[in-house]
Amino acid sequence: MKISVNVNGCTRESDVEARTLLVNYLRDDLGLTGTKIGCDTSQCGACTVHMDGKSLKACTSLAVQADGCEVTTIEGLAQNGDLHPMQQSFWDNHGLQCGFCTPGMIMATTALLADNPNPSEDEIRHGLEGNLCRCTGYHNIVKAVAAVAQAGGD
Amino acid sequence: MAVVGKAVKRKEDPRLITGEARYLEDISLPGMAHIAILRSPHAHANIVSINTDRAAAVPGVVGVFTGQDFMDVNPLPCPWPAGGVDNNLNTPRALEVEKVTHVGAGVAAVVAEDRAIAQDAVELIDVEWEVLPAITDAEEATFEGAPQLHENAPNNICMEWDCGDQDGTDAALSSADVVVSQRLRNQRLIPTPMETRGCIAQHQPATGEYTIWMTSQAPHVHRLLFTAFIFGVPENKVRVISPQIGGGFGAKIFMYPEYVLTTALSQKVGRPVKWVETRSENYVATTHGRDHVTDIEVGANRDGTITGLKVKTFANLGGILSTVAPGIPTTLYGRMLSGAYTFPNIYCHVTGVYTNTGMVDAYRGAGRPEATYVVERAVDLVANELGMDPVEVRRKNFVPADAFPYEPQDNLLNGLSYDSGNYEQALDLALEMTGYEDFRAEQAAARAEGRYLGIGLSTYIEICGIAPSAWMFGEGWGAALWESANVRMHITGDVVVTTGSQSHGQGHETSVAQLVSDELGIPMEQVHVQHSDTLGTPFGYGTYGSRSTAVGAVAVWRSVQRIKDKARAIAAHEFEADVEDVEYVVDDEGVGKVQVKGSPDQSKVVGEFMGIATSAAGGWSLPGDMEPFLDETSYYDPPDCTYPFGTHICIVEVDAETGNVDIKRYIAVDDVGKVINPMIVDGQVHGGIAQGVAQALWEGAQYDENGQLVSGTLMDYAIPRADLLPSFELDRTETPTPNNPLGVKGAGETGTIAATPAVVNAVVDALAHLNVRHIDMPLSPSRVWEAIQSHSNGGNS
Repeated sequence: MKISVNVNGCTRESDVEARTLLVNYLRDDLGLTGTKIGCDTSQCGACTVHMDGKSLKACTSLAVQADGCEVTTIEGLAQNGDLHPMQQSFWDNHGLQCGFCTPGMIMATTALLADNPNPSEDEIRHGLEGNLCRCTGYHNIVKAVAAVAQAGGD
Repeated sequence: MAVVGKAVKRKEDPRLITGEARYLEDISLPGMAHIAILRSPHAHANIVSINTDRAAAVPGVVGVFTGQDFMDVNPLPCPWPAGGVDNNLNTPRALEVEKVTHVGAGVAAVVAEDRAIAQDAVELIDVEWEVLPAITDAEEATFEGAPQLHENAPNNICMEWDCGDQDGTDAALSSADVVVSQRLRNQRLIPTPMETRGCIAQHQPATGEYTIWMTSQAPHVHRLLFTAFIFGVPENKVRVISPQIGGGFGAKIFMYPEYVLTTALSQKVGRPVKWVETRSENYVATTHGRDHVTDIEVGANRDGTITGLKVKTFANLGGILSTVAPGIPTTLYGRMLSGAYTFPNIYCHVTGVYTNTGMVDAYRGAGRPEATYVVERAVDLVANELGMDPVEVRRKNFVPADAFPYEPQDNLLNGLSYDSGNYEQALDLALEMTGYEDFRAEQAAARAEGRYLGIGLSTYIEICGIAPSAWMFGEGWGAALWESANVRMHITGDVVVTTGSQSHGQGHETSVAQLVSDELGIPMEQVHVQHSDTLGTPFGYGTYGSRSTAVGAVAVWRSVQRIKDKARAIAAHEFEADVEDVEYVVDDEGVGKVQVKGSPDQSKVVGEFMGIATSAAGGWSLPGDMEPFLDETSYYDPPDCTYPFGTHICIVEVDAETGNVDIKRYIAVDDVGKVINPMIVDGQVHGGIAQGVAQALWEGAQYDENGQLVSGTLMDYAIPRADLLPSFELDRTETPTPNNPLGVKGAGETGTIAATPAVVNAVVDALAHLNVRHIDMPLSPSRVWEAIQSHSNGGNS
């Protein structure tokens, strides 16, 4: 099936199998491997991207559902070589260790702050329920998100 | 200007926060085909026949293979036959041939043009099974009449092992004022790194060389196992590369059948091939951890002095042995059972048992969390029995600060000794941070209102920096455990460190660079740490056992010292001075120089273009027969392990109505010796605590009576979410180890080892007024609720 998707600011015309998941389309067809696959039951959130400004697990969407939409992946977050404040904050606060959940975490938390620019610690923790990290115990991820909120968000 | 001891931001992060890092699944090679594996749906079955015709006919399928196609490939090795038994070791093959002993064992494989085709075709392979009865509990598997898994292991017993003094401990128990007995189940856990496993292999027929990309914590060991044990080819024919690795926690140390299968298939189909594990496969095909059933007897005098500890454990090893499975519940468990205490009598007996479950091997902590759980629960059980404060029982039995080096009784450590420690200092700091006395008052007031608050301690120690090679050899380990490193200063003054260690989240590229930067007086940006490719790095045994700083970084340090000595010799030649009069100094700006003592005008910068680095590389004017270049390799074999310690304190509130446990506070004081990067150490502790807390409260692999893993996805296996955990309160004391020149002990596993008993002790403490003495993990709401009900005559709330 033919689809046209605006990915990270570029319009991409592609022909995909109907069963192709958005995450496989991004990774295999477009070579955007920053978006990760960590499970097969939509629990881990490593594949979180933005579609039309909302966060979405790219394993729960078919590529054809993105037809006509705007998708942003981790590769599209930095602008003109400048890190997004959330990327910078994860770096500053040691919000990552192995880095595998990190693209999904950063995409999920930027959307979280867009919805709620001033979250409490409890709200940040609940906002992260859909993203699993096995390395950090979430301590420094929560700190990284709170630091961005404190500084006035993104 | 010094950077050691500072929270330097990680050099590896820019590629990770932008999506540029390449993990295994992100790698594609031209002409690459894809593998999918048919796995056994049965826990115990004979393979009667396999028909691959329908699968082979699917368009896009390159080939379909069964175990018969790999009879020329050796079974996987088990190089740690602890217990001295080697005639009943049963290990996997690339694909199983005659029978399977756990759900998830691979029996056939499809190679296809893409992964979806391969998976479609796997569904069309027809296997005729003869299903056999299954057994999943380690103790029950030894009972008469239990299903038998392997002909060479009667009663399913793989090995028996013991340590300590049985007669002395029996005598101590019989003369103790009180003896407490308790059965403790240390449930099976599934490591669950966020990245599953995978392998890409490419074979070059012209040279016979294999290049293998794999999710490995120990690429040199994997190459060694491929070459010497499995394929019988020399080392130069196999190159193993660990790309960016998404966590391991032990599960990526081992050789697995899929790695052998992928490598063999690359040669058979004459194309690069790729296998990536799904999460559901990961839960049945990657190693699990823990799974002990243990009976303890602990004897004590009325004053709280513990006089003897006797431990009998059935350790579940799974249906077939993973690489070092027998070593984990033996050496790394039994030898830890003196904990932080001067127990005068200890005895431990372990029976390693085959059951129809997935493979069991090292998972973060590996034996030491199981031992710490036994010891720290035992101390609390004694306190409970005597009506004493658990803090006081700990103080009564601690190894005193002036007793180091301390050799646990009954030759428990088989010749090794605890290096250094001040256990009371860490305890006092943690109690102060907690406000222990105030909490006890708060707890009493809450109880009066029907609220159940509890506090739990874990004054743990662990063994890190594993381990002296000769000692490990004596423990049955069939290899060594030294590490090596090369340090090279290029013509421009940039330094490249290559190490046999492997970093998969630990931040070695940063912490090792900090160490080298300070020692040589070279800016961090000019120090580059490379690892994880057997072509271009010296041999190393890999990253596990909290050994990469305490062993690997010491090898780096030794190479650096040699570089400094050579720089001094070159400078002495240039300055026409005696080498003894030339010193290597790092000035106030952090610039490394060689200079004639007392004569600062005779001085030269080392790490810059036309500095000493260039003199060495140019080789135009070198003393005597000195070889050009600053390039030094060292091998470091530690004289003993290192023994971090600390106190973790957990405060919980148990919901009297539902049994739900809420962690109110978590306080951790760890002493890991000298700290190179406190930010990285704290991060390791955070993640370790999360995994340890998770064992206490949520995680547990569940098998049904047929050996089906019913907790086989992330929907069913409860790894913690952010909303379940608090922020942690951390501090540390710093007692350097005398066992290495850096004074570092290791930090990768402390949190996991310490946390589990702290949480369980807290929950039991919360219910102590109901006379609850023990609840088995995970302390799910239903188990806690049942404990409340059964101790409250039908509920008191």
